[in-house]
Amino acid sequence: MEDHSVIGKRIPRIDGRAKVTGEAKYAADYQMPGMLWCKIARSPHAHARILNIDTSRAKRLPGVKDVLTGKDFNGWRWGWMPKTRDEEPLATERVRYLGEAVAAVAAVDEDTAEEAAELIRVEYEELPGVFDPEEAMKEGAPRLYDHVENNISWDFHMDFGDVEKGFREADLVREDRFETGRVITGYLEPPAAVALYDSSGITLWAAKQSPYFVYRHMADCFKLPLNRVRIIQPFIGGGFGGTKNDSLAGDFCTVLFSKRTGKPVKFVYTMEEVLTTCRRRHNMIVHNKMGMKKDGTITAMQSKVIADGGAHTAIGPLTMYLTGCMSTLPYNLPNFKHDAYRIYTNNPIGAAMRGHGVTHTRFAAELQMEMMAEELGIDPVEVRLKNAVTAPHETVNKVTVKSCGLVEGIQEIAANPRWKEREKTKGTDGPVVHGVGMSATSYLGGARQRGHQSCAAIVRLCEDGTLDYLTGATDCGQGSDTVLVQIIAEELGLRVEDVDIKRVDTAVTPCDAGSYGSRVTVLAGKAAQNAAREVKEQLASFAAENWEVRPEEILFKDGAVSVQGSPDLSMPFDKLAKIACYSGSGAVIIGKGYSDYGIEVLDFDKGIGNAGTSYSFTSQLTEVDVDTETGFIRCTDMVIAHDCGRPLNPINVEAQNQGAAVQGLGQALYEEFRMDRGRTLNPTLVDYKMPLAPDSPNIEVIDILTDDPGGPYGAKEASEGAIVSVPPSVFTAVHHATGIWFKEQPLTPEKVAMALKKKREQEGTDG
Amino acid sequence: MEMKRIQCTVNGEPVKISVPPWRTLLEMIREDLTLTGTKEACGQGECGACTVIMGGRSVNSCLVPAVEADGQEILTVEGVGRGESLHPLQEAFVEKAGMQCGFCTPGMIMSAKFLLDNNPRPDDSEIREGIAGNFCRCTGYTKIVESITAAAEAVKGGR
Repeated sequence: MEDHSVIGKRIPRIDGRAKVTGEAKYAADYQMPGMLWCKIARSPHAHARILNIDTSRAKRLPGVKDVLTGKDFNGWRWGWMPKTRDEEPLATERVRYLGEAVAAVAAVDEDTAEEAAELIRVEYEELPGVFDPEEAMKEGAPRLYDHVENNISWDFHMDFGDVEKGFREADLVREDRFETGRVITGYLEPPAAVALYDSSGITLWAAKQSPYFVYRHMADCFKLPLNRVRIIQPFIGGGFGGTKNDSLAGDFCTVLFSKRTGKPVKFVYTMEEVLTTCRRRHNMIVHNKMGMKKDGTITAMQSKVIADGGAHTAIGPLTMYLTGCMSTLPYNLPNFKHDAYRIYTNNPIGAAMRGHGVTHTRFAAELQMEMMAEELGIDPVEVRLKNAVTAPHETVNKVTVKSCGLVEGIQEIAANPRWKEREKTKGTDGPVVHGVGMSATSYLGGARQRGHQSCAAIVRLCEDGTLDYLTGATDCGQGSDTVLVQIIAEELGLRVEDVDIKRVDTAVTPCDAGSYGSRVTVLAGKAAQNAAREVKEQLASFAAENWEVRPEEILFKDGAVSVQGSPDLSMPFDKLAKIACYSGSGAVIIGKGYSDYGIEVLDFDKGIGNAGTSYSFTSQLTEVDVDTETGFIRCTDMVIAHDCGRPLNPINVEAQNQGAAVQGLGQALYEEFRMDRGRTLNPTLVDYKMPLAPDSPNIEVIDILTDDPGGPYGAKEASEGAIVSVPPSVFTAVHHATGIWFKEQPLTPEKVAMALKKKREQEGTDG
Repeated sequence: MEMKRIQCTVNGEPVKISVPPWRTLLEMIREDLTLTGTKEACGQGECGACTVIMGGRSVNSCLVPAVEADGQEILTVEGVGRGESLHPLQEAFVEKAGMQCGFCTPGMIMSAKFLLDNNPRPDDSEIREGIAGNFCRCTGYTKIVESITAAAEAVKGGR
């Protein structure tokens, strides 16, 4: 690895100062003169026909300026694919989940808007609901959409090799049912926006992690050309997929209100709206069957996945794709069959969340593999090393791995004293038993969506040698702005503070797919690198002319420009910038770049090909204390050996791994929506138990360096791998502590205490 | 509507304002005084995003009626540093990556400031307890704890 001056350094975030002083403005911090407030009226029923909506009382309330119902959107619907457009800004004929938006009001202040929303009278005819995906698939179950049989929102099938042959070749075949939890992203910033519709079109200051989705939705909904839709990004208070990658009732209603009233209009969802109506992670049932030889070799795997999709399709088809296409990593798998069903129910909508799709099936496969190894008397490290892929590798479904630090990661964990001494530390301390578990998983980076791949950068030189950088990529907290600026600074031999990244503004910045699928550093990073190189080329030609040498001989380093091998031919970068910008009538030095990495087409129907451009590998150790009396589990320590190719900013990579790990820990141990016939019973942060500081373990992060050939400076993803590796490592640790294989998330104290009691009864040790 | 006149100081500046009795301190700070550094996430005193220091105590400003601010000294994130220079806590959060999306950060810094004001040398578990009322979904808390530890060292070192 060549010597870099900015890349690979622990550079503090460029937005740090704005965030610690309170200067950073988020969507809800925007106010405008004459601004109205929008509130949404929502359905109290999980499934009902709308018979009539009476808005008259709301309209009469002093301070109310306008009221909307679904009809005002003229039948417009949206969805991730043309054939899955099943969601309306406001429901017109039927509500399919409790809390679905049915009307909206705009008023002079927030309190009046809230009061008016409560005055809207909707007459409903309740319909029978269905809340369990396995029930919803049965013949005769109530249908959410009259034309959709068995409530199958989306199904996806893969079949590679010959699983039956694989199972015949196995010495042990095992079948288990696993279930993942009903959880939510948990960002602290509720969705919010301020909309202004005027003669120049729509301007929307909105909390979005992928603003170009909303950009297209608004253009389509309001029949405007894209150059009259302007989404301006405030600071974003966390995303994690799903809601902030999509449009919301509030977005459409504020824009339409602004169009009708001529005023700026604002909405901010309450945390209760977030927890009851915003996108969640699908909870999934995974029936898994695996074959293994006596030496631990996996011969075949067959999975049947049933996902609770809730009331609409949203991005669900991609979720289902990811449950299968990534099952062939990180272990060699010659025979694989996968049947995934996304089922409509009258629950809130299931969508993407960090670790999208992959976390469910990897949880099942990883646990099952270790269960089988245990039955065969094979060590957890040995079974993983036996099956681990190494680069280069192509899976049965033609996923191609160009760099892979899996074996090194597993060895790193195996060599850790915490692992080596796990039988000694296992001992009990009163009622508390200690356990150490491990996992090894993979995640994709540089994700690609069907038909929406634009990702570019523009770098503009100022005459004093500083640079303006335009990108459509959003930093919703992950630190990508800092990394992207580092890349440009590195290419031009400058400091991070010489490059200014502009906030995303669809009127100015180049189109970008969005912040999802760990694609920003990998793809927007490549685009930034290419744009900076274009600036460098243009400047090099001015310098070469000045010194009468060839452009290839010009070096950019440490704020200076020089000729290779001629140390006396050198000048400060800013001097060259001035020479270039003042040449002739004034040269315009602008670099453009885009990413062309990984643009081959994948077969979305069959599950063949790369859903990402590169793959990260995470090996993890987790330690837990299990209180055998109360069933309460505390995670004390984690060690994460993560292969992100090359960390471009190691402190940021650590931070991403740690954050993902604790989010995964919440999913493994604490978080779960309790539902009763479509109603969320715990719609507050106190009752929906995300981890707090005292619940969170010490987390050590170890970088495994593999230098991916296509990533900028060898980088791969760093923000999602650890949310996939955490749940199985927690569950294997709990097994180590208790001897019990749990298969359902989360490991609530009730569940653990009951299982321990049952175990004691079976062993005859309970009284 | 019956308005109450109150006087208080916010970040060292005297404030005279009329507020309705149902207005929260958070609404007063964010909307009337346009100090939007203080954030609202849950609005129910559960998340800590709106934490400010009032009368030397850290409070969830979404639960405090604005009228209770009468006669009080209030400190928000905007008043923690001095002019251009950052408070050691703010410096440490920047240096040690104690923030990601930044939405919990103002409240986290106020809780941390209250902790250090009352316990200048907290250990790891005291820090974790000190911010136990503040959710962060991005960092996993490790780097926040490291930031507060570093800030405590810096304060002790006389910075």
